Amino acid sequence: MVLTGAEIVIRCLQEEKVEYVFGYPGGAVLYLYDALFQQEEVRHVLVRHEQAAVHAADGYARSTQKVGVALVTSGPGATNAVTGIATAYCDSIPLVIISGQVPTAAIGQDAFQEVDTVGITRPCVKHNFLVRDVRDIASTIKKAFYLAKTGRPGPVLVDIPKDITIAKCDFEYPKEISMRSYNPVVRGHQGQIKKAVQLLLEAKRPMIYTGGGVVLADAAEQLTRLTRLLGYPVTNTLMGLGGYPASDRQFLGMPGMHGTYEANMSMHYCDVLLAVGARFDDRVIGNPAHFAEEPRKIIHVDIDPSSISKRVKVDVPIVGDVKEVLDEMIRQLEAGAARPNADHLATWWKQIEEWRGRNCMAYKNSDEIIKPQFVVQKLWEVTGGNAIVTSDVGQHQMWAAQYYHFEQPRRWLNSGGLGTMGVGLPYAMGAQLAHPDTHVACITGEASIQMNIQELSTCKQFRLPIKICNLNNRYLGMVRQWQQIFHGARYSESYMDSLPDFAKLAASYGHVGIRVDRPCDVEDALREAFVKHKNELVFLDFQVDQTENVYPMVQGGKGLTEMILSAEDL
Amino acid sequence: MRHVISLLIENESGALSRVSGLFSARGYNIESLTVAPTEDASMSRMTIVTSGSDEIIEQITKQLNKLVEVVKVVDISEAAHIERELMLIKVRATGKDREEVKRTADIFRARIIDVTDASYVVELTGNQAKLDAFVGAIDPALILETVRSGVCGVGRGDRVLKL
Ligand SMILES: Cc1cc2nc3c(=O)[nH]c(=O)nc-3n(C[C@H](O)[C@H](O)[C@H](O)COP(=O)(O)OP(=O)(O)OC[C@H]3O[C@@H](n4cnc5c(N)ncnc54)[C@H](O)[C@@H]3O)c2cc1C
Ligand SMILES: Cc1ncc(C[n+]2csc(CCOP(=O)(O)OP(=O)(O)O)c2C)c(N)n1
Ligand SMILES: [Mg+2]
Repeated sequence: MVLTGAEIVIRCLQEEKVEYVFGYPGGAVLYLYDALFQQEEVRHVLVRHEQAAVHAADGYARSTQKVGVALVTSGPGATNAVTGIATAYCDSIPLVIISGQVPTAAIGQDAFQEVDTVGITRPCVKHNFLVRDVRDIASTIKKAFYLAKTGRPGPVLVDIPKDITIAKCDFEYPKEISMRSYNPVVRGHQGQIKKAVQLLLEAKRPMIYTGGGVVLADAAEQLTRLTRLLGYPVTNTLMGLGGYPASDRQFLGMPGMHGTYEANMSMHYCDVLLAVGARFDDRVIGNPAHFAEEPRKIIHVDIDPSSISKRVKVDVPIVGDVKEVLDEMIRQLEAGAARPNADHLATWWKQIEEWRGRNCMAYKNSDEIIKPQFVVQKLWEVTGGNAIVTSDVGQHQMWAAQYYHFEQPRRWLNSGGLGTMGVGLPYAMGAQLAHPDTHVACITGEASIQMNIQELSTCKQFRLPIKICNLNNRYLGMVRQWQQIFHGARYSESYMDSLPDFAKLAASYGHVGIRVDRPCDVEDALREAFVKHKNELVFLDFQVDQTENVYPMVQGGKGLTEMILSAEDL
Repeated sequence: MRHVISLLIENESGALSRVSGLFSARGYNIESLTVAPTEDASMSRMTIVTSGSDEIIEQITKQLNKLVEVVKVVDISEAAHIERELMLIKVRATGKDREEVKRTADIFRARIIDVTDASYVVELTGNQAKLDAFVGAIDPALILETVRSGVCGVGRGDRVLKL
């Protein structure tokens, strides 16, 4: 069947079973929009800024296991998308971004709305393509989806010049794709897995450290089985939360800069560390030299060889997919008779319980002023721990991670690697569209929310009943905290002046806005939002304690055992 | 430590910038980089001379392998291998210098491939040290310009980098 390039693009999206495309039109993509208009399978979500289009596609991908899709025009459309692309790249999220480009003949002529999109995005995509021939569109899009979701996932951009969308050719969607230069290793090396299991069984002070890779591989079930089989303590990074049920006794909370005392002490003093789909980020292990001082054997499972032995020397590297490798570990354990030494394990757990006894997440609540931690705790109670929670970046993000206890994967969406303020609302949009019957809450700050506040309009158009919980401390709180601790309390440009009345602002977009000033009103306001206004977007503007800081804390450059547990330690 | 990394890469536009961009973005050294198509026109072969600790070289090869268009990567300096570089050097050649330059070229088995009444272009192939030595042997005042191709390398004997 002979189709135009534009029609072929949309047909490809249909073939990939794409439900939603998040985008924004412009001159270079007019033919694509025309083709979209003439069909119904692929629905388009018109955002109010291209950055939000990519974030929303990203939120859609994080909350499902599908590839998120965004569509933007050339020039400013593409440059606006860059922050979204980089954000997805840093957290290994599968996306396909289609960008319009000026006609082939105009490329390199400094044409109107021409930028070198492939060049600009090269360092922040898994791969990108410039399509130069209409006959290449179908195979390129097929490759883009394949690359985005296999191996270590990531965003893939396809740049399509306008004339290519007009040109015609015969359409056939390739069924299979293979690339001689791209063959990710999925099955782990048997011998290495055997060595790892052996080492795990001999451990006296074992620790399981897992990350985003478990979520990306959809391997929460395998992780839970393995961890229970062994009886070992487990921690999830910020990206891995929900990979193991937070309510379980073996779960020690999150490690790292704002992680728990027990998780960090166990990471540091274990003798065998099983790292699974986690990349020893500096926010997790603190100072690598300090981390290396304590002798321990490290097993590292990751699909990307370059994540292994990058920051920390690894003893047993296993390149492969988390799901496959954990399945094989479970199989070997169950087939063998050997079990962990119960005495060693009991002694180790006794030590861990002592650390846990420090109760590092305790905070002083107040009757007078709303504590941000209290809001998150109440949100958890009111939603029964079952909401999809998105967050922006800052103190509120850490409180969300610390006090909302995730039982399942893909319920916690945030920007860990790039730390992009402004993701919260678009992530919630993508998640709500993918899960229309699930509560979606966006925990944000008065500064972050303003980075993509225009999306309140999109939420109205698509009737997305998101509940925005603004922990309004009138400060760039995370910046203020660092200035207080490291810069002699000189609060340079961290006060958020001239804030809007968020409740009224939400109302002007046609949503419900509620301002909450007193601790005693927090729970009622949340219930009102989730019950009475179940089907509406509610903007809850919580006026919280301006001076609250996030604890525990490992200061930059310090070791994991050198934690500040509360303000008294300062 | 100096390493010579050879790789096969799809002959696509932009492939070179993915490699060079990787080196600059991650702060790795490039001493030289050469690239040209192989007998299979759909693939290019690149030789990169770089230096770094063992950990850095390990990351470099892993990161190169991770590039979607890279087909194969080998650190050929890990075993016996041959390196060659081509140099064209234009020197002032007048009076007694004419004979002197010619003599030096002969000693190095270099060839004079262009002659005018005032200059020679000398062509010399060898490893980096040999080319450096030749440059060192010529009076700097005589050198008009030098151009070097960068290093090409290949493993000895059975070691073959092929698809
Ligand atoms: C303000 C702020 C504070 C922060 N504080 C903390 C903190 O206290 N604690 C904390 O943990 N983080 C913190 N972070 C987040 C931190 O910056 C990193 O983003 C995070 O720690 C990385 O998580 P990860 O190691 O799980 O890796 P990810 O970025 O999730 O990477 C996943 C890894 O798994 C691999 N992988 C992917 N798919 C598969 C598969 N199928 N099979 C096998 N492997 C796979 C990938 O190759 C990669 O190596 C903070 C971020 C911000 C913005
Ligand atoms: C786009 C972007 N710009 C700047 C920063 C640096 N930054 C990190 S947290 C933060 C303050 C966030 O303030 P707010 O959203 O009010 O959250 P709070 O920390 O007060 O909870 C800033 C400016 C960032 N992460 N992202
Ligand atoms: Mg704030």
